[in-house]
Amino acid sequence: MSQLTQFDVLALRREFPILQQEVNGHRLAFLDSAASSQKPRHVIDCLEDYYRRYNANVHRGVYKLSEEATFAFERARGKVARFIGAASPREVVFTRNTTEALNLVAQSWGGANLKPGDRILLTLMEHHSNIVPWQMLAQRSGAVLDYIGLDGAGRLALEQLDQKLDERTKLVAVAHQSNVLGTINPVAQIAARAHAVGAVVVVDGAQSVPHMPVDVKNLGCDFLAFSGHKMCGPTGIGVLWGRRSLLEAMPPFLGGGSMIKVVELEQSSYADIPARFEAGTPAIGEAIALGEAIDFLDSIGMEAIFQHELELTSYALERLGAVEGLQLYGPDSATERGGSLSFTLEHVHPHDVASILDGVGVAVRAGHHCTQPLHRHLNVPATTRASFYIYNLPEEIDRLAAGLDKARKLFM
Amino acid sequence: MDDLYQQQIIEHARRPHNFGTLSEATISHEEYNPLCGDKVRIDLIIEDDVIIDVRFSGQGCAISQASASLLTDEIKGLSVNAAKEYQKDELLELIGIPLDKNPTRLRCALLSLKALKAGLYGVGNIHDEDL
Repeated sequence: MSQLTQFDVLALRREFPILQQEVNGHRLAFLDSAASSQKPRHVIDCLEDYYRRYNANVHRGVYKLSEEATFAFERARGKVARFIGAASPREVVFTRNTTEALNLVAQSWGGANLKPGDRILLTLMEHHSNIVPWQMLAQRSGAVLDYIGLDGAGRLALEQLDQKLDERTKLVAVAHQSNVLGTINPVAQIAARAHAVGAVVVVDGAQSVPHMPVDVKNLGCDFLAFSGHKMCGPTGIGVLWGRRSLLEAMPPFLGGGSMIKVVELEQSSYADIPARFEAGTPAIGEAIALGEAIDFLDSIGMEAIFQHELELTSYALERLGAVEGLQLYGPDSATERGGSLSFTLEHVHPHDVASILDGVGVAVRAGHHCTQPLHRHLNVPATTRASFYIYNLPEEIDRLAAGLDKARKLFM
Repeated sequence: MDDLYQQQIIEHARRPHNFGTLSEATISHEEYNPLCGDKVRIDLIIEDDVIIDVRFSGQGCAISQASASLLTDEIKGLSVNAAKEYQKDELLELIGIPLDKNPTRLRCALLSLKALKAGLYGVGNIHDEDL
């Protein structure tokens, strides 16, 4: 089935040292990249190279090592900007992860702009990181939360947009791709309608930026948040992209070193963007290694990655659809979704499914995947999720399906 | 994995003992595992300081259900003080599967004991370490 794949997956797998091992006596089939991806040798080496050869703080020293570290750190910012089509590297703020990026917008932009009675529009499929910061903002500001619901196939009920969007709506926050349902949301369409009422649009790109070509100009959003560790990069480094005009008008997030111009005893003036939002020593080596991860993804090509995952998803929909007693959530057409497949198996709790799969070397996630409101809506306490990335193979989906049959038989 | 799903666990998960609720419960306490969304509620009828009846309800994996099934068998007829003293190691021995290298599943196994002790002590929550 993989004739269409434009790159050699078996050769690519050799770049990932972790995939060369056995788990519980079986070759590791890692199907949990939606939680965190594996890292290629280039990225691991890049991180090590920084710590071994030019570890020094950035934007401070005048000595050689610090200059080299600063250059590499800022070059990584430039790579991120190019990767997502940002107008300037200054629109790229390094954070710890998607969660911190979303909290930054909620605290800084939200704190400065929301008043009692203003409305924040979210969707029922959001990750907790795109719900809780807005709840906290609503509690502080007196703004009101509202949610766009879902249709029976796990797509956004877009017809609700017109009734829920009005001039009181100040912010719309939506996932580009659901981490549970896999649904790819029509962000450009949502952004256009939100902008028509003057709302700011925040996109959680944690599940899209690693898997498909993403250009902020095409999305038409105002903020985009994503994490390095889901796109072959290290943990501890994430990105907030924001429109320059918005970022420039925003107050600081955390206070401390790097984010200031002049500090006096009673008050301070703040640095220009993006430094204004990057208090303290950043994750330097991790940012540089994220740049390396972007080079790695670019060398394969995001369109080719998207196509590869589309093929895997089509195959998985077919194979899982044939497993007796399996209920899949989210769109049943591969073209409407990415490679995150969540399901329940009759008579077997999702944790037991995941344990049994672990026993045959297949790593999947079980639980609510940080989407309790979505699971309440689906009326299940938990699901099992298999998710794919560049290094996955059709035969791993075969092993998943065989493991599910085994689980069913055990509990029959 | 095959160590985890021994026949006893599967049997208890399929046909748990003491499953249900008690409308006349003296003490009723529900414990929730936010990591996985599992819930276990324990209902107790206590007379003269003795647990004369017990039921559990909720939803969870085979390990949490089997553990609740085994635990409720154990504590029926115990004095309140003896139940308060019931040790997690006793329960783990009864469950009989190796969970020492599996902290996530250990939490599943201890959820019912947590519900029991929080109910008996009348506190909102007990840390796993204090069971």
